[in-house]
Amino acid sequence: MQSDGLPRRDFLRTSGITVTALATGGSVIFGHNHAWAVATTTLDPHTTQTLLVMTHDLFPHQRLGEQYYAVVVDMLDKQAASDPATKQLLIEGVTMLDSAHGKSWADLPDGTRVTVLRGVEKTAFFTTVRTKTITGLYGNPAVYKMFGYGGPSAPLGGYINRGFDDIDWLPKT
Amino acid sequence: MARTFDLKDNSVVVIVGSGAGGGTLANELAQKGINVVCLEAGPRLTLADIVNDNDTMFARLSWLDKRIGTGDLNASLPLWVCKTVGGTTVHWAAAALRFQEHEFKGRTTYGDIQGATLLDWPLTLADLAPFYDKAEDKMGVTGTHDIPRLPGNNNYKVMAAGAKRVGYKEFHTGNMAINSQPRDGRPACHQIGFCMEGCAIGAKWSTLYTEIPKAEATGHFELRPNSMALHVNHDANGLVTGVVYADKDGNHHEQKARAVCIAGNSVETPRLLLNSASSKFPDGLANSSGQVGRNFMRHMSGTVYAMMPGRVNFERGTQMAGIIKDEARFDPKRGFAGGYEIETLPGFGLEGLATNLVPGAWGRDYADILEMYDHFAGMWLVGEDLPQAANGVTLHPTEKDQYGLPVPVVHFSDHPNDIAMRNHAHTAGAAIYQSLGAKQVFKLPPFSSTHNMGTCRQSANPRDGVCNSYGQSHDIPNLFISDGSQFTTSGAENPTLTIVALAIRQSGYIADHLNKRE
Repeated sequence: MQSDGLPRRDFLRTSGITVTALATGGSVIFGHNHAWAVATTTLDPHTTQTLLVMTHDLFPHQRLGEQYYAVVVDMLDKQAASDPATKQLLIEGVTMLDSAHGKSWADLPDGTRVTVLRGVEKTAFFTTVRTKTITGLYGNPAVYKMFGYGGPSAPLGGYINRGFDDIDWLPKT
Repeated sequence: MARTFDLKDNSVVVIVGSGAGGGTLANELAQKGINVVCLEAGPRLTLADIVNDNDTMFARLSWLDKRIGTGDLNASLPLWVCKTVGGTTVHWAAAALRFQEHEFKGRTTYGDIQGATLLDWPLTLADLAPFYDKAEDKMGVTGTHDIPRLPGNNNYKVMAAGAKRVGYKEFHTGNMAINSQPRDGRPACHQIGFCMEGCAIGAKWSTLYTEIPKAEATGHFELRPNSMALHVNHDANGLVTGVVYADKDGNHHEQKARAVCIAGNSVETPRLLLNSASSKFPDGLANSSGQVGRNFMRHMSGTVYAMMPGRVNFERGTQMAGIIKDEARFDPKRGFAGGYEIETLPGFGLEGLATNLVPGAWGRDYADILEMYDHFAGMWLVGEDLPQAANGVTLHPTEKDQYGLPVPVVHFSDHPNDIAMRNHAHTAGAAIYQSLGAKQVFKLPPFSSTHNMGTCRQSANPRDGVCNSYGQSHDIPNLFISDGSQFTTSGAENPTLTIVALAIRQSGYIADHLNKRE
């Protein structure tokens, strides 16, 4: 993971992420030291890897491990598996990113990658990935607590006895 | 006990829709011994179907049949309303406010404003006051009938502290149709925080678990869920005789009726009248004025979110947890006619805030803002918008929905008055949070419209509108408008209490009318 103030020059090298092709056509993303893994069924390793970097660049959070971004890639893969048009959109979108500097976009330095993304933010590819990243990242109950969002409360009896009015910093006058 | 009626039974009153208007009217008529069949397009859920998840409940409750929004509306979801038994009372935030006296006299009070089609209502606050009283009692509105107000949550406390700092005088936790203590067989609010996703414990008034089962208990009422009204039939004398609907399997039936009351919200109600055009009524039913589908109002609205200097956790507790009323007054010195309310509003979860705070935003700066989620406070600004002839509902010339009906096209463009009011409200809302040291303030445009009014409006003169002060159509005496479509003007207040009060008033009129005809 990146630390603030230390711009990452090579996301894939420093993150410890590896992506391996599967004989069945998909791929597997392994976290650092194989601490976690997510398998895709439809997207090839290069597309998978590029989307993983892109979801992170869209909403970079130091407090979130890469496995939460891998969940988004998994959702994109599932959508691609059920919808050939989405699969094509994602593959062509990655090709579009790679074409910006004539080399793999995911291997570009941080600032350069973001500049390339700014240039394509009106495209259907970008919108699709951005929307799915919001859903997959911020809609993931495992992520809620890292942002202080309480999530479902009815099963816990609501907030009537759990701090609905516990604010303590407001001025008295 | 709930009973069933024969399709050929022409002694029943057919009500289309089971929400604030239709559900209330159904129970009021059934209590008077009048037989009612209610056709509801959506399914019947139970409290067990209500979960604390925004996406799940949006998909489960919302009216997602194709509608096309034009002008300032969201193109694919112009309205955020419900297709379910209980209608939009399952989703509503439960603010239950009376109109102010001058708001029934829009044309007289505001004058002749260019581009607006203002009228005075054909009734006054004094006419409606006894029915507001009954509605508040029925719904258990806090701050009325000696019902205590709800306790304020963190989001309210922030708004109230800011209101005090900027000099507002009238602010409190509102008049809410949410139980602050057990009442009418329903529990007190647990401050769950998912009011608009359906109240999981039924503390919030909804016709789903109040009016509908009470109507069923009379033995004079049948609810038919999953029944989409397609067409209203009439006879050679121009009286309506029945409603054709599609059941859940798509089979068509006609329920005969002595009277028909339409309460499908402000798009479906005029749409049904327009879809019922015949050789006798080529422009649609009750449309000799040409006003069916016109004068659509959705309230001036906007949102202010603010990153505060301390933790707020604004998802905790009732979503509309309090109100500031000072700006609801009529005061043209502010540069616009009408007034607006300031009401708390949370972020609809982490995902909702990420989606809505700055639409389309991404990148490190935005991610850093979202990391301050638990420091956010929020409010909704809602005020009177002006009726305009071109804002309304029309039928798409070629595109059809799953029922084979023309897709509705809903058009709304802000009047300059609406824009002036929103600018004022955004500035006033931001000042409230800035007075407490807000680090960043975000001003959001309207969401998909939840307050929908005016497409079959009441008018004193049949030339100017669709129905009279009882919602009875000017053209067809046994055809009634029973929802917010009948609003002549929008007022500043959330519309549900007025819809319920009008439905109670209408029920007495219909009962008298039917008895006289017998």
